[in-house]
Amino acid sequence: MSINRRQLLAAAGATPLLSASAALAQGGTVIDITRARTDPIPIAIPDMAGGPLGAQISRVIANNLRSSGLFRPVERAAFIQSPDAAAATPRFQDWRVIGAVALVTGRVQQGGDGLRVEFRLWDVLPEQQALGTAYNASASNWRRIAHIISDDIYKRMLGEDGYFNTRVAYVSETGPRDRRVRRLAIMDQDGENHAFLTDGRFQALSPRFHPNAQQIAFMSYERNEPRVWLFNLQSGRQEPLGSFGGMTLSPRFSPDGRSVVLSAIRGGDANIFVVDLASRRERQLTAAAGLDVSPCFSPDGSQIVFNSDRGGDQQLYVMDAGGGGARRISFGNGRYATPVWSPRGDLIAFTRIARGQFAIGVMRPDGSGERILSEGWAMESPTFAPNGRVLMFYRESQARDARGGGYSARLASIDIAGFNERPIPTPTDATEPSWSPLLG
Amino acid sequence: MATTKPLLAALMAAGLLVACSSTDENAAATGAGGAAGLGGAGGLGSGTVRPGSQEDLVANVGDRVFFDTDRSSIRADQRTVLERQARWLGQYPQVQVMVEGHADERGTREYNLALGQRRANAARDVLVASGASGARVQTISYGKDRPDALGSSEEAWAQNRRAVTVVR
Repeated sequence: MSINRRQLLAAAGATPLLSASAALAQGGTVIDITRARTDPIPIAIPDMAGGPLGAQISRVIANNLRSSGLFRPVERAAFIQSPDAAAATPRFQDWRVIGAVALVTGRVQQGGDGLRVEFRLWDVLPEQQALGTAYNASASNWRRIAHIISDDIYKRMLGEDGYFNTRVAYVSETGPRDRRVRRLAIMDQDGENHAFLTDGRFQALSPRFHPNAQQIAFMSYERNEPRVWLFNLQSGRQEPLGSFGGMTLSPRFSPDGRSVVLSAIRGGDANIFVVDLASRRERQLTAAAGLDVSPCFSPDGSQIVFNSDRGGDQQLYVMDAGGGGARRISFGNGRYATPVWSPRGDLIAFTRIARGQFAIGVMRPDGSGERILSEGWAMESPTFAPNGRVLMFYRESQARDARGGGYSARLASIDIAGFNERPIPTPTDATEPSWSPLLG
Repeated sequence: MATTKPLLAALMAAGLLVACSSTDENAAATGAGGAAGLGGAGGLGSGTVRPGSQEDLVANVGDRVFFDTDRSSIRADQRTVLERQARWLGQYPQVQVMVEGHADERGTREYNLALGQRRANAARDVLVASGASGARVQTISYGKDRPDALGSSEEAWAQNRRAVTVVR
């Protein structure tokens, strides 16, 4: 699949700088992402010209930006200038008076199987074009183009990469709780383009994306031997990873994509191993008594954070990527689990279980600055968006009765500042999300 | 053992408790999965329990042991069940079993998978130490993903922290 991209000249001939605030005019960003809460940026996104597909693209963009919690698409009912007229020449006064700081216009042309989408991002106050790009692709890729444009807008206005052109793999769960059918599923980050990857004959758990987004490591119960397997998204082929004699679980790829770190059980202990993908050779990294599970590399590949009960109850430890030097980093109340390192390197997200409640939180890699983002009956398994700004995880509701009535498992996302928690729609119950890197 | 009380009450209400050939608390706890065993052992059902079958194990020996929260050591009050299982395996040398380790829902999936495996291994170790051949005893873990009791209560969690011996 190819999507071609071409810069469009600024229509007004002005410098392509958005000055929604003084900071932005200096080349800075509108939002200080370290702030706990911020007013979302009002942005007008009228339907692109060129028929129904234009409208659909605009709605995907608006939905993406709204879901971030950092933008507020202006109500369509408030629009003064018609979308088609705005696509030709924006009358900035009409957009300024309805409170829009930025305006997104565009035009869609379809010919044969091809699609050309021109889009412009306008800075309403100084009346300047901030971005102008044309995309050419096959018509079936219209959603991808909408996500790429969303990322363009996000990056131009916030100064950091977006995360909309991404997918999410997760475990789809159906059936009664004591006989659940668990299948790998995949979808766009907004829930669209949903597909099942495995057929449910064998339980599949813990999908994790390769850094090239073409492969998924997961845990399969095929042949009643729970082991880590690899799933190739292009060919659909599955294969077991390595030849471990006992159960292997909780896989994650290294940042360079050349190896998988996982937990393997031999005798009474679970230890961390790394498996080289080319040679399939394994190397043992931990040997302490107890259960070492859920390892995750730092984004520079130099360290591994994992979860261990070696000290009595579950806590988080960081060690060198070659093994050794393990030091405990979690010291709050309760048990800590499922650590995952932010792609930005600055934070580790985790599950905490304390006082009968589960919580999702973040801390710095040295264990300082712990913050709880969301708390409830049961939630776990955080995964970072590729820009490190948003976490997805899953929540379970408490069974109301002895037959398990009222139980459910659903995905949710939250800003790492602890606001904008929202449900992620899935066709079935869902657990263990894995957020892909940005797609090409 | 508090966790067996609701079950005992249910069995008594149904007039089935007399069907249990063994009336100690562990055997009673196994009754949940042993409808066929109840019928066979007490003669209430249509057929008889085939010796060396899962129903036989459930009804006459006890198919499972229970664990404390986050622990995988075999409790003193559970050890006799495994010792009886080992003797039973000695009676039926052709039988192969899978010990399935489980956890309650109050932990993360990955940790509970490891915990369930450690519980299954601990149960197998007692079986082998009590005379069962290790080659006949396989293990697997389902973590928190196959609960037996479906509620969200202390009683349900105690029932779910278990290792179940299943005839293959």
